[in-house]
Amino acid sequence: MVEYISKIQKISKKILQDGKVDIIIGFSSGSLPMASRPSFIKSPEDADKLIFDGNCGINLANYLAGRKEKIGIIAKGCDSRNIAQLIVENKIKREQLFIIGVPCFKMIDKRKISLLFEDEITQVTEVGDKVIVKGKAKEKTFNREDLLQANCITCTHHNPVIYDELAGELIKEPDQKDGYEDVKKIEAMSSDKRWSHFSEMLSACIRCYACRDACPLCYCPTCFVDEAAPQWVGKSADNQIDVKTFHILRAFHCAGRCTDCGACERACPMSIKVREFTRKLNSDAMRHYEWEAGLTTDKRPLLDNFRVNDYQDFIK
Amino acid sequence: MFSYTTDTNSEDCNIIKPINKKNVKQAILGIRPCDSASFGIVEKNFDTEEYKDPFWINSYKATTFIGLACDNPDSTCFCTTANSGPFDEKGLDILLITSGDSFIGKILTEKGEEAAKIAGWTTEAPANSVSAIEKQKKEAESKISSSISTDKIKNKDTLELYNASFWEEEAFACINCGTCAYVCPTCWCFDIQDEISDKKGIRMRNWDSCMFPLFTLHGSGHNPRDLKYQRVRQRFMHKLKYYQDKYKSGIQCVGCGRCIRLCPVNIDIRSICDIMNS
Amino acid sequence: MQNPYLPYPVRIDDIVTETEDKNLKTFKFVFINPEEEKKFSYKAGQFAELSVTGKGEIPIGIASSPTEKGFVKFTVNKVGLITTHLHSMKKGDIMGIRGPLGNYYPWELLEGKNIVIIGGGFAFTTLRSSIIYMLEPSNRDKFKEINVVYGARVPGMLLYKDELSAWKKRDDINMHITVDSTDDPNWKYNVGFVPAIVGEKVPKGNKDTYAIVCGPPAMIKFTQPVLDQLGYSHDNIIMSLENRMKCGIGMCGRCNIGEKFVCKDGPVFTLSQLNKMPKEY
Repeated sequence: MVEYISKIQKISKKILQDGKVDIIIGFSSGSLPMASRPSFIKSPEDADKLIFDGNCGINLANYLAGRKEKIGIIAKGCDSRNIAQLIVENKIKREQLFIIGVPCFKMIDKRKISLLFEDEITQVTEVGDKVIVKGKAKEKTFNREDLLQANCITCTHHNPVIYDELAGELIKEPDQKDGYEDVKKIEAMSSDKRWSHFSEMLSACIRCYACRDACPLCYCPTCFVDEAAPQWVGKSADNQIDVKTFHILRAFHCAGRCTDCGACERACPMSIKVREFTRKLNSDAMRHYEWEAGLTTDKRPLLDNFRVNDYQDFIK
Repeated sequence: MFSYTTDTNSEDCNIIKPINKKNVKQAILGIRPCDSASFGIVEKNFDTEEYKDPFWINSYKATTFIGLACDNPDSTCFCTTANSGPFDEKGLDILLITSGDSFIGKILTEKGEEAAKIAGWTTEAPANSVSAIEKQKKEAESKISSSISTDKIKNKDTLELYNASFWEEEAFACINCGTCAYVCPTCWCFDIQDEISDKKGIRMRNWDSCMFPLFTLHGSGHNPRDLKYQRVRQRFMHKLKYYQDKYKSGIQCVGCGRCIRLCPVNIDIRSICDIMNS
Repeated sequence: MQNPYLPYPVRIDDIVTETEDKNLKTFKFVFINPEEEKKFSYKAGQFAELSVTGKGEIPIGIASSPTEKGFVKFTVNKVGLITTHLHSMKKGDIMGIRGPLGNYYPWELLEGKNIVIIGGGFAFTTLRSSIIYMLEPSNRDKFKEINVVYGARVPGMLLYKDELSAWKKRDDINMHITVDSTDDPNWKYNVGFVPAIVGEKVPKGNKDTYAIVCGPPAMIKFTQPVLDQLGYSHDNIIMSLENRMKCGIGMCGRCNIGEKFVCKDGPVFTLSQLNKMPKEY
């Protein structure tokens, strides 16, 4: 992905110079290994601060909702799908955007690396399909394939779905569709087992709402958990019913809209696999309606569209 | 905090009563020195001349803090320039120092002495322990590779810092989650909430964060910290400026580096500190 | 150790609907345990947390005066969860109050001075407390001239109407009551916004004259330049702030303006103090 950087910088500089956009939303290098910082660039001279690598997993579409200026934005496959989703949901206008598409080589998961490396990591370098990890006392080379973010492994849309210019050649998408094997495993559990599985998983939640705040779909001015009159949900992290209510309802709010970008899991400080909920809904959307979110700006979202032959066996 | 009933048949209906909770003696084993140093910082908020928070104070008093000295600090640790250090003894009753396969316990308070007795830690430490610990401490301190400077912030005009132009840019990446506040040992802000089921209610407090818009939202709908950058500014101004001004003391940070490591968008208190201090 | 979070139980002794939109009601509370009334010893300008089981607490300025014994009064605007619930409560119901909290108007300093009270809308509550306190026979001599400008949108939105007309008849207090507009042909007071009436009726500023200003942000914004013109020094302009609060004792962290907590260091600040603080209110 490193090859993309000069192209991203060049395009950004040009569209800023030409006045096509007022700002560029992209990534600049972070202060830690495996961290990059979402940043905005206003002047062409600053365009060389933009970077791109396997640590740019944050979904930049999250910074778009409600912005008024003309924006250049760096978009991986998932970012571009969320941009399309935001356009359909009237949160941003297509005309406002200059999308610099980045065919995605898949993002790396820093937690996976940390677990495999054990020592504190001081430097991580991506070279082709290898990742070289350095610590204070040792160095280790990994196959990039073993370090991928979970959602990137099953991703079938690495190429941006809408863009104005590309920062690299389009890549071949996998032949296989996402089989949702993980979802099937959970579906196969008895309801008691599933309940205890989710209960255990969510018991670590500290209700910091990082999952919600990292999600480009969660732009509600007041989230239902913050509503005071009426107060739908209690506030304590001790009350597990309220914790579950938050996670399950949030997932339902994302039904038919989620692009499985993985921003929620990436942001969670407690490493909770919140995608287990949204993946189930994505899987249902696919199974019953052959629907994947954010692939086009021409169709209405799944849940505000009715066809007479829609699957409706769940209505009892 | 409290409990009550809303059952109109009860003579105590709607009368709020303290929950008679005994503060059972407890120990925190293996707490890091930076974390225990945070109690002194937080204490200034909960134990004041005018008001004393009985919940915090009682459970603090009932706790024995047995710390574990840090031999291998992270690259994000900057405790030595933020009120603490890898062998810091502040707030601890016993400091455990790793020595081969065992620990040497440095007993620091009467509470610590009692705890050691109860735990059966009675073996005398080897004779050269004092100098060995001192050496180990120096070594650990030398491994701290990052630092902050806050000396200039102290004397800067509050409004000048508050109105500085850098806040919007520094706050851009922030997604206003509460991760930084929730993992911070010196963040104490809380919410008070009532929860009721079946006419039995409790009043409790839970964590809150200045990152959330709801934290400051007025009933009228007006919000003094409506915008993201205003909330980010509050966080850093509170830790690095307001706290210094209010208590005429150091900053409200122990340099544990958790907020740096766990921030999903890499906002780094060290670089904010640099900008504020420059 | 006194638990500063524990409310005193009180009984609602009376409820008066103050305004024509029925959104403002004055609650009169009587302490269940008489000794707690003594503990709840307050001065005009302070507030308390009204505590409703199952709902929570809400900070409200004390509308009664310390010179009124046997009860405390609060005028509550119906805005959110707790205040809406409060409005549905009835005489005889039990609830809690916690306080008194915050600082108060600087009465020690105000003695021997001319006092100008400027209030708008429903922010007149602690000003009522102040007026009753100053008019108490044993206190009235401690203050020189007292002027009051009080305005609401329309006559039906004025609080404490009976008391306003009683004060109007007295000669030891100059009442300048005003409404933004009215079609009532019998309206006998002023018509005009508070800042304009301040410009017309309020004496010029000097070191012995203090203005206490409470009202909605727009009123405060436009009154300040008028007071500047009249020659009021910012040390002599006293204001009371509101911010979202929970604990009321400077611990929960949300009401801060810079290093100050509105709940504990305020709510009363002079304008010169506020000038040095971030505008986060």
